[in-house]
Amino acid sequence: MKKITLFSLLFLVITSFLLSLNSNVHGEDPIPKFVVPPPPFSEDIFPCSDCHEDMEADPTRRELEEHTEIAEGFDHAKEQRWCLDCHNPDDRDKLRLVNGNLISFDESYMLCGQCHGTIFRDWKAGVHGKRTGEWDGKKLYRLCVHCHNPHQPRFKPMPPMPPPDKPKLIQQNKWKEDEIPRNPLGNIQ
Amino acid sequence: MSKKQNVKEKTQSLTRRQLLKGSAAGAATLAIPVGTADASVWQAFFQKHFNELDKDEMARVIERLEKEYKKDYGVDFNIETSDAKPDVLFGYGLDLSRCIGCRRCVYGCVRENNQSRDPQNHWIQVLRFKKGETWVHDLEGSEKYYEPETVPEEGYFYMPVQCQQCENPPCVRACPVRATWKEPDGIVVVDYNWCIGCRFCMAACPYGARHFNWSKPQIAKEEINPDTHYLGNRPRFKGVVEKCTFCIQRVRRDPGTYPACVEVCPVGARKFGNLLDPKSEIRYCIDNKRVFRLKEDLHTSPKFYYFFAT
Amino acid sequence: MPAYPIRNFFIALKEITRGNKYYFMWVGFLLTCITIGLIAYAGQLKDGLIVTNMRDQVSWGYYISNFTFMVGVAAAAVLLVVPAYIYNFKPIKEIVLFGELMAVSAITMCILFVMVDVGRVERLWHLLPVIGILNFPASMLTWDIIVLNGYFMINLCVSLYVLYKMAHGTVYNEKFIKPLIILSIPWAVSIHTVTAFLFIGMSSRPFWNAGILAPRFLASAFCSGPALMLIVFQIVRKVSKIDIDNKAIFKIGELVAYAMGINLFLFGAEFYKEFYSATSHAAHMEYLYFGLHEHTTLVPYMWTAFAFNLTAFFLFLLPKTRENFITLNLACVLIITGVYIEKGMGLTIPGFVPGVLGEIYEYFPTITERLVSLGVIATGGLVYTLLVKLAIPIYTGELRFQTKDSPTKPV
Repeated sequence: MKKITLFSLLFLVITSFLLSLNSNVHGEDPIPKFVVPPPPFSEDIFPCSDCHEDMEADPTRRELEEHTEIAEGFDHAKEQRWCLDCHNPDDRDKLRLVNGNLISFDESYMLCGQCHGTIFRDWKAGVHGKRTGEWDGKKLYRLCVHCHNPHQPRFKPMPPMPPPDKPKLIQQNKWKEDEIPRNPLGNIQ
Repeated sequence: MSKKQNVKEKTQSLTRRQLLKGSAAGAATLAIPVGTADASVWQAFFQKHFNELDKDEMARVIERLEKEYKKDYGVDFNIETSDAKPDVLFGYGLDLSRCIGCRRCVYGCVRENNQSRDPQNHWIQVLRFKKGETWVHDLEGSEKYYEPETVPEEGYFYMPVQCQQCENPPCVRACPVRATWKEPDGIVVVDYNWCIGCRFCMAACPYGARHFNWSKPQIAKEEINPDTHYLGNRPRFKGVVEKCTFCIQRVRRDPGTYPACVEVCPVGARKFGNLLDPKSEIRYCIDNKRVFRLKEDLHTSPKFYYFFAT
Repeated sequence: MPAYPIRNFFIALKEITRGNKYYFMWVGFLLTCITIGLIAYAGQLKDGLIVTNMRDQVSWGYYISNFTFMVGVAAAAVLLVVPAYIYNFKPIKEIVLFGELMAVSAITMCILFVMVDVGRVERLWHLLPVIGILNFPASMLTWDIIVLNGYFMINLCVSLYVLYKMAHGTVYNEKFIKPLIILSIPWAVSIHTVTAFLFIGMSSRPFWNAGILAPRFLASAFCSGPALMLIVFQIVRKVSKIDIDNKAIFKIGELVAYAMGINLFLFGAEFYKEFYSATSHAAHMEYLYFGLHEHTTLVPYMWTAFAFNLTAFFLFLLPKTRENFITLNLACVLIITGVYIEKGMGLTIPGFVPGVLGEIYEYFPTITERLVSLGVIATGGLVYTLLVKLAIPIYTGELRFQTKDSPTKPV
């Protein structure tokens, strides 16, 4: 027992030393844990272990029988990648980084940041992606997957709000007193 | 044919009658309201400039305005008069590589800032440019009234324009009565009770950021935002100029919230923060991205930075 | 309280309410126009400036166009003052008063045009010294207010003082009047310069942001005002006993020719600069003279103005046509119309088209705007008519005021 404590202490000292060395070399702070809303799971899909716990993981790349919707629409460097490059085969409630570290779904930015490094850097600074909250206080971050579907990350086109009224020449004061037009955004704020 | 003519005649006589009716009512408003029980008419008439009001006068003005707005819109208003926070200079960033031209910001702003719905008043103008043909300095090549099924459109990019909160604002210099000025936190504001409506500032603004209330602004009661600031989003009057204030009523709270356009943008193209804080988002943009400002050759020195994150 | 000032007031009042049927027809016409203007203005007061065609894209329109033109008309006085008092040119010295009265009524119109243009007319007291806040010296509009009112006061003082003295049968005091007259010369230059500076100072509007605008303002001002004077002189000569020397009229015509020559030259210089260099700033001039993206509302007006100005220039320049009253009057009408288009709508509107964000909104005044402007011009016309009606008999010696020494007899 004592040995374990000693070992773990030593481990901590070494890692922190290495980490500090690391930060000196690259001038980067360790990645803090960002406060984000829960990940936008499809309904009743999480935890994945509900179904996957008793299943044997098959690491071969193949056509899936389940999750066909995701598989068919998959468009994220699909030649190079498939499910288990990101989803952890043994504990399906976790994601797996390339170095083998497991992370939870609300830390998925670490996973995305592995490839999209510059965007991850901007995101951490609050410049890539949407922020709400307080400019000089608490900011609400969003996970990459809140805006980008990880399986088809390209933004979907959306209908624009109506264009402004074009000024028209009037010859006489035809000022209408009809109902006041509503804001197309309504009360959504 | 005869039906058409009939309709035409009808509308003509109607407009003529309306004109006469209008003239009579107009003449009535001309009459000096001597002896009217409503003293607020005179109080409004003699109201001093915002910066010259002492504490008691300010309280009375706010009370009167809240009462008037309640009467006009049937909603309880709260009008803040909060000062600029110390060591703050607001700056804004807009990522042109992200903006998809969806105009959510335009209508989010309208809603937050109680802009008139009819006639329409928009503080944000979203311009569309054809990629490869024109650049943002050739504004004549832009289109404001684009209306496709979906955005973004292939081969186009978008640039929203609003008040650039210049450090050297030509509009402030133009105003003959100092009804508009730059606050210590860099926001250019208007005292809607002092503006005479000469529109010199509108001619002087290189960004089309100032808008005039050509008639009495109309807003549906249910869509009123009652959380207001005296220098910001309180309802305006007929015949005065208004403009974007970086949502002064939001950003001056403690702690300050982001402007409405920042929060409503679905692609996160809008960035906001304190230029004097090296850790702010806007400073990150300036330090790490290639930023430019609109019409920089005019030396207005805007605090609104366009950039490309990628 | 002595009775004679009151009696003198009634003498003056009687004079302006007396006249032949043409006088009453003219005054009645002006009053009708004023009434129409007032009704239109009441509608504008009630609904706001939405009844005009001005919008955020073109935020100044017909009112400000008329304002700039009228500032030019106010120059009429100085073109008479210079030959009259500096060079002692006798024929003009006799009629300089009519120029000063025209300046007074032109400035009245200027002030009225600004008043109908503002959104909150009841707040104009914010401009007053002490009780209001004047953003001086930063705002060019405050400079304009000061110089216009100053010019108004100078001309009013000089003309009323001279008339008052004449009405008492005495000679005015040169020592008192001379400094004011001398002052009025640079002051007249200043009202044009400052009004031009108001436009020039806006870096946002490349069309106006050109130094040449100030000399052009002066040159065109010395065309329209004096041309109007020439017509007035002929009317005055016809309806009263005042004899206005042809020499004075031809001299003024000659000065107008020079002014128009300079104006055309400056215009040509500007035209060349815009179209030879052909930067994006040329879009405004292009809109004005060739139309921009099929927007051509002002094009026919501008070429008409150019043709009128050019024709008038030659008619004024050649002694033969200048000294023939038919061609002279034709030239006057042409030059007034030409300058009215060029310096009114032709100056104000293209500053906004295309707009600062490249938008093209083709402005054209509504009926309300035109009626209100008609009312304002009629007001100026009425002011001038009444002043001249009073001045003429004083001038000819037919009307004399009473002093405290004069015998009290019923008037």
